[in-house]
Amino acid sequence: MRTKRAAGAAVLMTGTLLLTACGGGGGEAGADGGGGTFSAYIGEPENPLVPGNTTETEGGQVVDALWTGLVEYDRETNEAVYTGVAESVESEDQKTWTVTLKDGWTFHDGTPVTAQSYVDTWNYVANSTNAQGNSYFFANVEGYEDLQAEEGKEPAGTEMSGLEVVDDTTFRVTLTEPYAQFPTTLGYTAFFPMPQAFFDDPEGFGEQPIGNGPFKADEAFQEGQGITLTRYEEFGGEEPAKAAGVEFRVYTEINTAYNDLQAGSLDVVGQIPPDAIASAEDQFGERFKTTPRGDITSLGFPTYDERFADPQVRRAFSMAIDRQAITDAIFQGSRTPAASFVSPVIDGHREDACDACELNVEEANRLLEEAGFDRSEPVDLWFNAGAGHEEWMQAVGNQLRENLGVEYQLRGDLQFAEYLPKQDEKGMTGPFRSGWIMDYPVMENMLGPTYSTAALPPAGSNVTFYSNEEFDAKLQEGNAADSVDAAIQAYQEAEDVLLADMPAAPLFYGLVQYAHSENVSDVHVNSFGRVEVEDVVVGSE
Amino acid sequence: MGRYVLRRLLLTIPVLLGASLLIFSMVYALPGDPIRALGGDRPLSEAVQAQLRAEYNLDDPLLIQYLKYLAGLVQGDFGTDFSGRPVLATILDRLPVTARLALVAVGFEILIGIAAGVLAGLRRGSFFDNLVLVSTTVVVSIPVFVLGFLAQYVFGVRLGWFPIAGISQGWYSYVLPGLVLAALSLAYVARLTRTSLAENLQSDYVRTARAKGLSEARVVGKHTLRNSLIPVITFIGADLGALMGGAIVTESVFNIPGLGRAVYDAVLRQEGAVVVGIVTLFVFFYIFFNLVVDVLYAALDPRIRYE
Repeated sequence: MRTKRAAGAAVLMTGTLLLTACGGGGGEAGADGGGGTFSAYIGEPENPLVPGNTTETEGGQVVDALWTGLVEYDRETNEAVYTGVAESVESEDQKTWTVTLKDGWTFHDGTPVTAQSYVDTWNYVANSTNAQGNSYFFANVEGYEDLQAEEGKEPAGTEMSGLEVVDDTTFRVTLTEPYAQFPTTLGYTAFFPMPQAFFDDPEGFGEQPIGNGPFKADEAFQEGQGITLTRYEEFGGEEPAKAAGVEFRVYTEINTAYNDLQAGSLDVVGQIPPDAIASAEDQFGERFKTTPRGDITSLGFPTYDERFADPQVRRAFSMAIDRQAITDAIFQGSRTPAASFVSPVIDGHREDACDACELNVEEANRLLEEAGFDRSEPVDLWFNAGAGHEEWMQAVGNQLRENLGVEYQLRGDLQFAEYLPKQDEKGMTGPFRSGWIMDYPVMENMLGPTYSTAALPPAGSNVTFYSNEEFDAKLQEGNAADSVDAAIQAYQEAEDVLLADMPAAPLFYGLVQYAHSENVSDVHVNSFGRVEVEDVVVGSE
Repeated sequence: MGRYVLRRLLLTIPVLLGASLLIFSMVYALPGDPIRALGGDRPLSEAVQAQLRAEYNLDDPLLIQYLKYLAGLVQGDFGTDFSGRPVLATILDRLPVTARLALVAVGFEILIGIAAGVLAGLRRGSFFDNLVLVSTTVVVSIPVFVLGFLAQYVFGVRLGWFPIAGISQGWYSYVLPGLVLAALSLAYVARLTRTSLAENLQSDYVRTARAKGLSEARVVGKHTLRNSLIPVITFIGADLGALMGGAIVTESVFNIPGLGRAVYDAVLRQEGAVVVGIVTLFVFFYIFFNLVVDVLYAALDPRIRYE
């Protein structure tokens, strides 16, 4: 017996244009505009679907479909483009920014998107008593500190002094330090606006959010099952969604989703299970795609540990790892070797910035010798359990043993919830796995949060505890630069400092591998690893 | 009988209290910091972390946390998960799903398990008997998730007979996962029925019945089967409680949004309130179905009486 959905798909594939009803999970063809409905895989979102509290990819995928940011990112170049709500974001001194909104943007409940919507939402998200996961994205706005409550106390204020409504379509943001990249950050989830309806009923809103994006939620999110969104016909952007609706289906097991895709009852899976990658290529042909994702996996060094305090040692370790061999043998092409601290999807990335990322056994041994590294003691290699890191960490260990003559010991028994605090409290006794996914495509975002002095734990993610004034200064210089080119120049100089000191060895860049059914076309996953659902066309062209 | 049932029900209260405290301390004893893990590689701001810790009483010692939890429970508040969703809402959403799955599974156990066991028991040494022996051995020795993915691939992807995931097609969606969930117990039921029946067929009262000239159908159906099924029913009853909790793997493989999946996620995230709420519910079901079995016992075997 075939499922109803498959029957619906067959109708579409024969090219019938009069799509009045298509079966499946409540799929309904658009009454006006047409387009049909498709289904997409997501994992269970961790939090309610509120942008300020959505910190992970799964919920982020749905939130992205429901909202449109002030700016959006070009699919190819990842540059900020003004196809979102903002007409312009301008500043004279890179510190005080004037955001001008376009006319005609409305929330799904019909209320207009105004400057006040942004200011209210941002103040809410920043306020620590509201416990929003994305609160720290406002840390560089003037007055943010006033909204951070000490334990058990009320915060000093509820509004950031750096936010000021000028009129309905204009507001001003004053930062604590100049930050030339500010406009580019505004496409991130944390900066999405929310209507008055949120403040009236935050809990209800979290289950059935009201955004300003291409799709709207007519029903509440069903925990464990998912949500079906329909096209928002009053969408304020230039291009409305192509499909009449999208059903996000929650799966616990990615393998199950993949089976569903194979059987034709699921349309888009934005992530192929590792075991299936080899066969997926044959099976799906052109419907199997690979695209770079803006992230990096590194081998962090505990710079606080005596053995790894010397940059020479860290460079030697980096030179002893054959990244290409590991990507080929273990990742089946789902990663690429890294030779920079910055993901290749970001403007300013240099292909071979890192000379110590090349396999160079001789030089590595020479450096170790020079540094007087004690090779008789084994090194500990740390990673968190149950996340698929064991295999490649072991490969790294084998290469260290082979190329440097250093024995290793895998320390992979800590769960994530144990591993993170251990990192924060300088508990790593040897090189450790660390990863970073960009929040927005700016070089600073791959360098600052992970290696600057300001980002030392517990405030940030600088878990190698690296601190270098020169690096901080270069970063600052890039932030204050008045042109993109000048900023990139400064950021690259900052990266050079990092490359000399090597607090971590860049190892791999991520790739997204995805596939879709014959039912849909124009499926793209962007460098944030999210399916661009508004572009998906139901029915093949 | 009524007093007996009441006494048993009252006994569940201290058992549940003890069980919940035990589960609570086990979640509490899990190493690591769940609030730190919420943010992943990028930590939440310190003020936000402090706010969350205060909201979930995570700074309190275990006993205080537990007492606060109980105090809430008495007022019908099961607590909330880290995303702020009430645990009770999760339970109410997911209980019917798991109950349906367990029901389908028990249905298979009874239908297929007993039928296979009876046929095998009546024809010991036959081809069918051997078939049951071999196939149950195979089923018992395969891990559930392997069985699940195998069934999914063969019957869902290849043959397309059953939906692969989710519950969008009503009871039909539960057939394949129900069968996989039942597989292990089904094998036991078949074996148990076979052995029990075979043993009873040798007993004196069966010989007497036969000697009286009763028809074979009557001998087997009324006299032997009824007695032979007592241990089987005990097993199935106890199993119903176990199935509710044992659905974790099956629910994940077939993407069934039930309690098993919820508790699995909650353990990973160290969400004490969710784990305690659901597992305590499992314990309650376990006790409850055992009570039902004991009562059924008396109905099946008049020699057993409770007062």
